[in-house]
Amino acid sequence: MSVEAHEIIPLPSNLPEETIPEAARRRLSSPWASFVVIVITVLWTIPTLGLLVTSIRPKEQAQNSGWWTFFTDPTATLSNYSEVLTGGSVIPGGITPYFFNSIAIAIPATVFALVIACMAAYALAWIPFKGSTIIFFAIFALQVVPLQMALLPLLQMFNKGWSLGPIPIFPDLNKAGSAQSLFAGTYIPLWIAHTMFALPIAIFLLHNFIGQLPRELMEAARVDGASHFLIFRKLILPLSIPAIASFAIFEFLWVWNDLLVALTFAGGTPDVAPVTAYLANIKGTYGAQLHLITAGAFIAIVIPLIVFFSLQRFFVRGLLAGSVKG
Amino acid sequence: MEELVNGLSKIGNAVAAVAIVLAILLIVFFLASRAKGRAQGPIAGLVFLGPAVLLLIYGLVVPAFRTTAGSLQDASGKNFVGLANYGWIFTAPGNSTFLINTVLWIIIAPVLSTALGLTLALLLDRMKRESISKSLIFMPMAISFVGAGIIWGLVYEYRDPSQPQVGLLSQITMWLGVDDPPNWLLWQPFNNFLLMIIMIWIQVGFAMVVLSAAIKAIPADVIEASELDGATGWKQFIKVTIPMIRGTLVVVLTTIMIAVLKIFDIVRTMTNGNFGTQVVANEMYAQSFVAFDVGRGSALAVVLFIGVTPIIIYNVIQLRKERSVR
Repeated sequence: MSVEAHEIIPLPSNLPEETIPEAARRRLSSPWASFVVIVITVLWTIPTLGLLVTSIRPKEQAQNSGWWTFFTDPTATLSNYSEVLTGGSVIPGGITPYFFNSIAIAIPATVFALVIACMAAYALAWIPFKGSTIIFFAIFALQVVPLQMALLPLLQMFNKGWSLGPIPIFPDLNKAGSAQSLFAGTYIPLWIAHTMFALPIAIFLLHNFIGQLPRELMEAARVDGASHFLIFRKLILPLSIPAIASFAIFEFLWVWNDLLVALTFAGGTPDVAPVTAYLANIKGTYGAQLHLITAGAFIAIVIPLIVFFSLQRFFVRGLLAGSVKG
Repeated sequence: MEELVNGLSKIGNAVAAVAIVLAILLIVFFLASRAKGRAQGPIAGLVFLGPAVLLLIYGLVVPAFRTTAGSLQDASGKNFVGLANYGWIFTAPGNSTFLINTVLWIIIAPVLSTALGLTLALLLDRMKRESISKSLIFMPMAISFVGAGIIWGLVYEYRDPSQPQVGLLSQITMWLGVDDPPNWLLWQPFNNFLLMIIMIWIQVGFAMVVLSAAIKAIPADVIEASELDGATGWKQFIKVTIPMIRGTLVVVLTTIMIAVLKIFDIVRTMTNGNFGTQVVANEMYAQSFVAFDVGRGSALAVVLFIGVTPIIIYNVIQLRKERSVR
């Protein structure tokens, strides 16, 4: 996705749905404003429409005429999709294995990041200890580390292990005599890397939400003798569902649409690489096969679009969680 | 069929991995909650915060230090070369291209995205039925950079003017009377702006949604009072609306800036940094993973890091102010 991790902004929750009275809004509404918005909406949608139209046109038409001519010469076919799904005479390998890889990467990465971030957010908000504020700010500030900076060392860690002088701090996963890491060809490095990179923003946002839950509730539970673990499972998790849902959508889109982490840790093999890697690859190699590339691109964006449109309300709420100073 | 079975088994494995991790966590929770007395608090803190802190140290903190150290070494990462890699970045002929481009990117793309997002938010505020437009303008956020690259490839596609056009932009300029439209992506230096348009296309929806919420959160009595004082239209916008949403505006702007600084996928898929469109993040990838010059790649990552630092420091200062108000 085009959505980068820090794109969710810390804004305060419980913002009023409608502050300006309905009457004032009606008075303000103008046909001129509507016209401009409609023009921009059309402009914003046309490129995607072009993708969809091109993907259902036969090869000859797609390569030799503009997609807009489809409306005067409507010839449609689904064969591009079947070819891209299974592979065909032009592109030998299909997108299907990559599609499953994307699902198998995105679901665990999302769950792991959420669970670990929720736990950390709870600890920072409700377990009083010295230095918790400093840790909170340090975690927030870790957004400063660009992914690019962490990739190479992390790759080395997965491949060769790490040691600080004689003290091993991450095991060398290579079996004796083998050049391949045990992690090679699995999703594990991808899950770990995505979880790590999501944590600063996830902890920050969930902390905003969890920290605002009513203090009396926590204190009452503590007085009743509930442990932190019980409070976390029975109070915090259920009450935080809105924040968790919005961040889950966000993180899922982010992982699904990622290319950089995927290229670094999965390469381009059908064993583990996601759809974005496949698309980048066929765009580079078969750039002229517009009918196939567009079909592949549409397959790759259909899941994020479904997630986005069906859960949009949560997503927007997530963007605004804790934000907008009233 | 085989692919389907294969794919489903991949997803099965992923779900199993999730189940195993959650089960381990539950067991740890169960054991830790049996702690009694004064050990309770520290143990809970450790269990809740430990995994996140550990992942952050391994994934971001240590790699940041290692990359910084690596930036002082040569291509093989074995010999110390001092600041030679930084010298190379800032003095080697040709490198000014990606430095200048990156600066242009971090100024132009965020400012235009925010300005357009703000305009839309204001216009939407005056419309009765806003949700469809909002969804469609917001939609590109759900599309990957790779997908966006393919979508915009159809807009910028070049064909000889004597042939039927496939690219929408060429066709439109020809309809407007230009006989010989340029080959857009090779058209230096304007191709940089054409790539930025893709980023703006993606980010405007984000700016719009957040700013729209901020505008709606302005208390109605502030608006009414300003109207009683005779402030309407433009004057009201400059004197009332802008100051009221200033904080949110800054957050939106800096968030997009951080995203842009690390921008990599758009340039990689559209031009791969050729034709005068290279940026720091893609040069870093090319140096590390194509040229295998770890020293230069690391130095470029450090440059990105230094670029983001002031923005994050600013955000931390803002955040501390807000929290002290609460």
